[in-house]
Amino acid sequence: MTIALETRGLEKSFGALRVTRDLSLKVMQGARHALIGPNGAGKTTVINQLTGVLTPNSGRILLEGSDITGLSVHKRVLRGLSRTFQINQLYPDLTPLETIGLAVSERMGRGGDWWRRMGTRSDVNTEIAEILSRFHLLDVMTELTSTLPYGKQRLLEIAVAIAAKPRVLLLDEPAAGVPESERHDILAAVAALPRDVTVLLIEHDMDLVFSFADRISVLVNGGLLTEGAPDEVARDPQVRAVYLGEAADA
Amino acid sequence: MTALSDVSTHAMASARWRVSEVAFWALALACAFLFPSRYLIMTDIVRLGLFALSLDLILGYAGIVSLGHAAFFGVGAYSAGLLALHGIINEPVIALVAAGLVAALLGFLTSFLVIRGVDLTRLMVTLGIALLLEALAERFSNITGGTDGLQGIEMQPILGLFTFDMFGKTGFFYSLIVLFILFLLARRVVHSPFGLSLRAIRNNPLRAAAIGVPVNRRLIAVYTLAAFYAGIAGALFTQTTALASLDVFSFERSADLMLVLVIGGTGYLYGGLIGAVVFKMLQELFQSITPQYWLFWIGLVLVVIVLVGRARIHRWVLFVPNLIIRQFAGRKAAVAVPESDAS
Amino acid sequence: MASILTSLFDGVAYGMLLFVLACGLAVTLGLMNFVNLAHGAFAMAGGYICAVLVNNSGWPFFAGLPLAFVGSAVIGIALERTLYRHLYSRSHLDQVLFSIGLVFMSVAAVDYIMGSSRVFIKLPAALEGQIDLFGVGIGRYRLMIVVICGLLTLALQLILAKTRFGSRLRAAVDDPRAAIGLGINVPQVFAFTFAFGCGLAGLGGALSAEILGLDPYFPLKFMIYFLIVVTVGGSSSITGPFLASLLLGIADVAGKYYVPKLGPFVIYTVMIVILLWRPNGLFGRTAAR
Repeated sequence: MTIALETRGLEKSFGALRVTRDLSLKVMQGARHALIGPNGAGKTTVINQLTGVLTPNSGRILLEGSDITGLSVHKRVLRGLSRTFQINQLYPDLTPLETIGLAVSERMGRGGDWWRRMGTRSDVNTEIAEILSRFHLLDVMTELTSTLPYGKQRLLEIAVAIAAKPRVLLLDEPAAGVPESERHDILAAVAALPRDVTVLLIEHDMDLVFSFADRISVLVNGGLLTEGAPDEVARDPQVRAVYLGEAADA
Repeated sequence: MTALSDVSTHAMASARWRVSEVAFWALALACAFLFPSRYLIMTDIVRLGLFALSLDLILGYAGIVSLGHAAFFGVGAYSAGLLALHGIINEPVIALVAAGLVAALLGFLTSFLVIRGVDLTRLMVTLGIALLLEALAERFSNITGGTDGLQGIEMQPILGLFTFDMFGKTGFFYSLIVLFILFLLARRVVHSPFGLSLRAIRNNPLRAAAIGVPVNRRLIAVYTLAAFYAGIAGALFTQTTALASLDVFSFERSADLMLVLVIGGTGYLYGGLIGAVVFKMLQELFQSITPQYWLFWIGLVLVVIVLVGRARIHRWVLFVPNLIIRQFAGRKAAVAVPESDAS
Repeated sequence: MASILTSLFDGVAYGMLLFVLACGLAVTLGLMNFVNLAHGAFAMAGGYICAVLVNNSGWPFFAGLPLAFVGSAVIGIALERTLYRHLYSRSHLDQVLFSIGLVFMSVAAVDYIMGSSRVFIKLPAALEGQIDLFGVGIGRYRLMIVVICGLLTLALQLILAKTRFGSRLRAAVDDPRAAIGLGINVPQVFAFTFAFGCGLAGLGGALSAEILGLDPYFPLKFMIYFLIVVTVGGSSSITGPFLASLLLGIADVAGKYYVPKLGPFVIYTVMIVILLWRPNGLFGRTAAR
């Protein structure tokens, strides 16, 4: 099996605070890999380095074998690395139709077209329609994102990431804050992600992690504590001590 | 597949011409025949509308707050003036485009300074560039005519056919046609994928990058385009008034421009045009009350607009037109004000 | 050599004056992340209050100065409580529009009441002329400015470092949310600091009538200078703005002495270059939203 996403000796400090310590992580092609860890373990910092929002102090990041450490955020997206955000990072003044349309246009390299009106390319439209219907957003596609129910916004968040046709998708707590009634849609959408997309899931919710992941890495204090198949990790006494103990009283 | 046809219909809906838009332009044209004695002030309004449209492209669509947009207006004005004065390009339309391109070049070069940093840095850099140009124009008074401005500009007939007359009739129609053409271009641009990506950037730059939008490249492009528009507005100023003096760069000009756009509302293209009409009418009114101190009233308008809230004011202003349009066209609010805070 | 030292001294005096004028703005920006382009209006108010008291009512100059401080501070707190505080949570665009509006109103109002020509404040004879210090000619008035502004700077530094109010203010600038969590009444701290900053600006305005010139367009003319002090100096301490003021003062005076033809060109170029090089200021961070 080939490696889809890899970090080698990743280091990041804010002042005296070391938030990522010598992190080496391998995510295999097609994997459902989960990155878990207690609050403050540095999960979000890792994501931000993977996507290019933050630059690591040292270490490399490789996407399908090629070094992307120095690439800007949007170039990584075009290379096939996409993410969702923990807290909705959508465009309040845009509709789902426009949001997905933008993502599809950008991926096709047509986002800079300044003379063509929106909606005039059938290949773009077909894909928008496909994504909107897959994520149950057709009925709300002309409403402003800011007015959508929270569950729909979470779906849109995942849909936007998928619209970029990623080969590696980083899911940052996809079900966080979603009311129980709308939760099923999110979990179904996550479960239905195409198998050829490699997924790195960052999650707090242990039910979701253990039902979804085939491999789990545990992050503590910015460093890798252990890694393995779900049942191995669940049995690991160290993990039980630092993580599951914490989750029990969370 | 109905989903597909739905998607294409709705995707194209925003770019469709509305009744109210056609009415707006018909009214603008009608003014030319209704008020033949007021060509000069109407030309002023058209020019200001174009200038405000330019600011709307970067402020309303891309969220860049600029305190020095007069820089491009001034460069356009002086370029057009110098081209005409020294007989380099005599035909006004070609000179107009040339002046716009000079401003666009400056916009392109300075855009690299503007895309860096937070709001405050942008404010300072845009303001600094305008002041710098003003200082330069003052320093090289042998070229710019210093505080007296360029003297003795004589405009040749447009396309060799239409002579500028003393009542400003030619100037007005010329300006209105230029505005309409540039408006069509802007309308096309904001309804394109490019325009959509700008709105995404204004909403959330980080997220825009995360779906693959090259944020900096888009901002550079729109800043350059806006500079072109402002340069054209400046060139129109020189061509229709045969004047270009240092105050084209002044801070008051940039500040007034923001007021124009704020009165009309940002982020829907017509804001600048409506704002220009209202602003000029206010200016006329205040100047007739207190010719010397109208700055006070302009300041008061700004303060009141902000305190009451821009969005709320526009809802009030558009209440009546929307009511009428709804009666006649039987459609939801036709003139919408998009929420557009550049924070 | 002596003339170089004289212009250096003039630059220092000018810079210290700029600091007193602008340091209130650093707090507005640093603490409330509020872009207040109207700061110069408070300075102008102080200048005119002092001018009226000294020229028209015959007050001695040194009695006019504290009144300039008090007058501007009172105007400041009145506006803060009635208008400014509604705008802290608004976008920068709203803040810019609002404060430009205030500037325009103040310019026109002062023009209406006081006339548009430049105003001079009658100085006591003791402040006129130069004294000779080791062969270097030093203006008495500028010497007084250096002394007053120097003492003020020291006092500010002491207040910030030693008093309870100072530590609250520093905590609030550092992280307003955490400060509220610690039970610090941030709006109150801010209102007080805002008033104090306006007072200092007013005092600076009174002192600067002689050097910078006082007319109704003062807030517009010097707006960019105050902004430079704050953006270049950063707003995380008062040392940054202080050094930036000195730098600006010396550079501006030197520029006018040695390359008069280039005018303000030098200052603007330097500012743009610095902001490109260090977008958050030379000496620290500016509040970024």
